[in-house]
Amino acid sequence: MSPHDPHDHTHGHSHPHSHDHAHPHDHGNGSVLKYSDDSVHDVRESDLYPLLAEALRAIVVDKGLVSAADIREHLEALDKIDDGMGGRIVARAWTDPEYKRRLLENGSDAVGEFGIDMGETQLIVVENTDTVHNLVVCTLCSCYPRAILGLPPDWYKSKSYRARAVNEPRAVLREFGTLVPESVIVRVHDSNADMRYLVLPKRPSGTEGWSAEQLAVLVTRDCLVGVVSATKP
Amino acid sequence: MNAAAPSFDPYYILGDRVRVISAHPPGHRRTPHYIRGKEGVVERYCGAFPNPEERAYGFSGLPKRNLYRVRFRQMDIWSGYNGPVHDLLELEIFEHWLTRAEAS
Repeated sequence: MSPHDPHDHTHGHSHPHSHDHAHPHDHGNGSVLKYSDDSVHDVRESDLYPLLAEALRAIVVDKGLVSAADIREHLEALDKIDDGMGGRIVARAWTDPEYKRRLLENGSDAVGEFGIDMGETQLIVVENTDTVHNLVVCTLCSCYPRAILGLPPDWYKSKSYRARAVNEPRAVLREFGTLVPESVIVRVHDSNADMRYLVLPKRPSGTEGWSAEQLAVLVTRDCLVGVVSATKP
Repeated sequence: MNAAAPSFDPYYILGDRVRVISAHPPGHRRTPHYIRGKEGVVERYCGAFPNPEERAYGFSGLPKRNLYRVRFRQMDIWSGYNGPVHDLLELEIFEHWLTRAEAS
């Protein structure tokens, strides 16, 4: 890393420092950075990201691993992802029990019915119920079901969310305005390897008889990560 | 789903109690530090995938490695976890990062 790597300066790692995704919040002994420290890290490192991205892009193009056109087309495809897709998938599951069963059993195949290709990853759909509230995070980087939701929002990539969603998920949920009763299990999914996660929110009460089209608009991106619940306006 | 076709039989099955190896080797690892040394239960077998620890350095990552989702109690991960004892955290751990733990 560069000499600006903030970890080397501000925190005494007790374990040998590796390049293990420079795991930002975990110091190997269970201690966690405080929110205030973390925001400092974000500001400092953000200055480096464009330079790192540009350097990496130049290297992979020079090596012939991908072409400049491949990168541009991929970004264009991500930007074009329809932000209503997640809502339509959920609405179908809410109105079609057989589809819901398929979605929970094999998420990749079930979203394939909507023309979505999960590529090398597999999709796991986790269902919010009266007893479980699911929350998705990627502590190592920013793994996200991009094939369905497009690019993740900035907060999802922030170090504070990535650190705190695993360590104090209920506090994070409260900050999003989501109060999960103590009797309900908070189940956090760290999207750290080859699976991707999508939350199937609870269908809001008072929507009995609604069509899939009406229901779909109740499901926003944030519902599908689990930071909020789907609500009836 | 060829990507997940197992190249060898999974060693652990659903419900097995496992411990994540507590080691800090250099290199690109997918096992977050916070979970190393912690005990949990196999939630599902995900399939076999090319080893990202090899792929990170330009190798093929073959043979594929078995990947599991492991479920942990939050209170077993964080001392002083501020929430009910039933709260859970689940993540994906490759087989070579797991050892069998005694049933509790």
